[in-house]
Amino acid sequence: MARAAVLGRLTWRVGTVAATHDETATARTIVLDVPGWPGHLAGQHVDVRLTAEDGYSTERSYSIASAPPDGQADPPMVELTVQRLADGEVSPYLTQTLAVGYPLELRGPVGGWFVWSPDGPASTRPVLLVAGGSGVVPLMAMIRERAAAGSRAPFKLIYSVRDPGALLYAGELARREQAGDGLEVTYVYTRTAPPGSSQPTGRINAATLASAGWPPAESPAVFVCGPTGFVEAVADLLVRAGHGAGAIKTERFGPSGGKP
Amino acid sequence: MSDYMDGNMLGGKLGELFTMDVTSAMLTCVSCGASWAVAQTRVYPHAPGMVARCPACDAVLLRLVRGPDRAWLDLRGVTCLEVAVPDR
Repeated sequence: MARAAVLGRLTWRVGTVAATHDETATARTIVLDVPGWPGHLAGQHVDVRLTAEDGYSTERSYSIASAPPDGQADPPMVELTVQRLADGEVSPYLTQTLAVGYPLELRGPVGGWFVWSPDGPASTRPVLLVAGGSGVVPLMAMIRERAAAGSRAPFKLIYSVRDPGALLYAGELARREQAGDGLEVTYVYTRTAPPGSSQPTGRINAATLASAGWPPAESPAVFVCGPTGFVEAVADLLVRAGHGAGAIKTERFGPSGGKP
Repeated sequence: MSDYMDGNMLGGKLGELFTMDVTSAMLTCVSCGASWAVAQTRVYPHAPGMVARCPACDAVLLRLVRGPDRAWLDLRGVTCLEVAVPDR
């Protein structure tokens, strides 16, 4: 997939919505057919631009949820999962108005730092993914790419979410974990645990990372994505636990200008 | 406090100017000498443009303003930008 590294300047393209499906009450996956899509790496994002009739336009970044398309067989589809923010400017349109057949202007693929590739030189290196809320989206692309590429790299995902109803990709994650091929998922509920669960609610802490992550001696590649405060807290815990700062890659999103 | 984002979000806008991915480029801070990937910088998107600051010393590294038909890239706080160039 080295060819997916961006070799030309990025320009705006127009994709067409091929399908949508709701992931939760407030999150929707949008499948876009993007003619000429050059491919992407797991972890990359796109910038989406909405333009009003009076010419006002605004941009947001959204992580790509899908694994890179197989250049031979698959059409050039790109999936985004968008979490709706009640006071958002862009996300309500994307999750409530945008429908099959609508055009959507986008620029990408963007980013070459927060990416995981099965072709990398350390491709059997263990991977720890830590997600806060919809920060799971680019990490899901990595999980999907791992499966699509038949990678043997052992993956652990620690997924912090408010309550079971806010879980993205719950069914798919359960299915992939049950396949028993090296993906382990640990859920951390900050507000409400599933009914009947004895698991206490709370934030990810040092004990969570020690029990559900990799020891530093395994030299895992670590990807952390979530709101800024979440990312700072988790990265700090990981460094204190002995993980090298250079092994930890982070991506933050916030309520404006970012990934809403 | 945590009203900043990070340099990952600069990729699209800088990708209009550069042919390579700039988020994985390394830069060196004029103020304190620390080196970071552009993706690791703290980005404040609320100014009229994007302002990236050093995670260590908080000095302004770069500012990027995009107008309708042009862009202004101010690299005042960067001594060096190290970009991987594909060997083609």
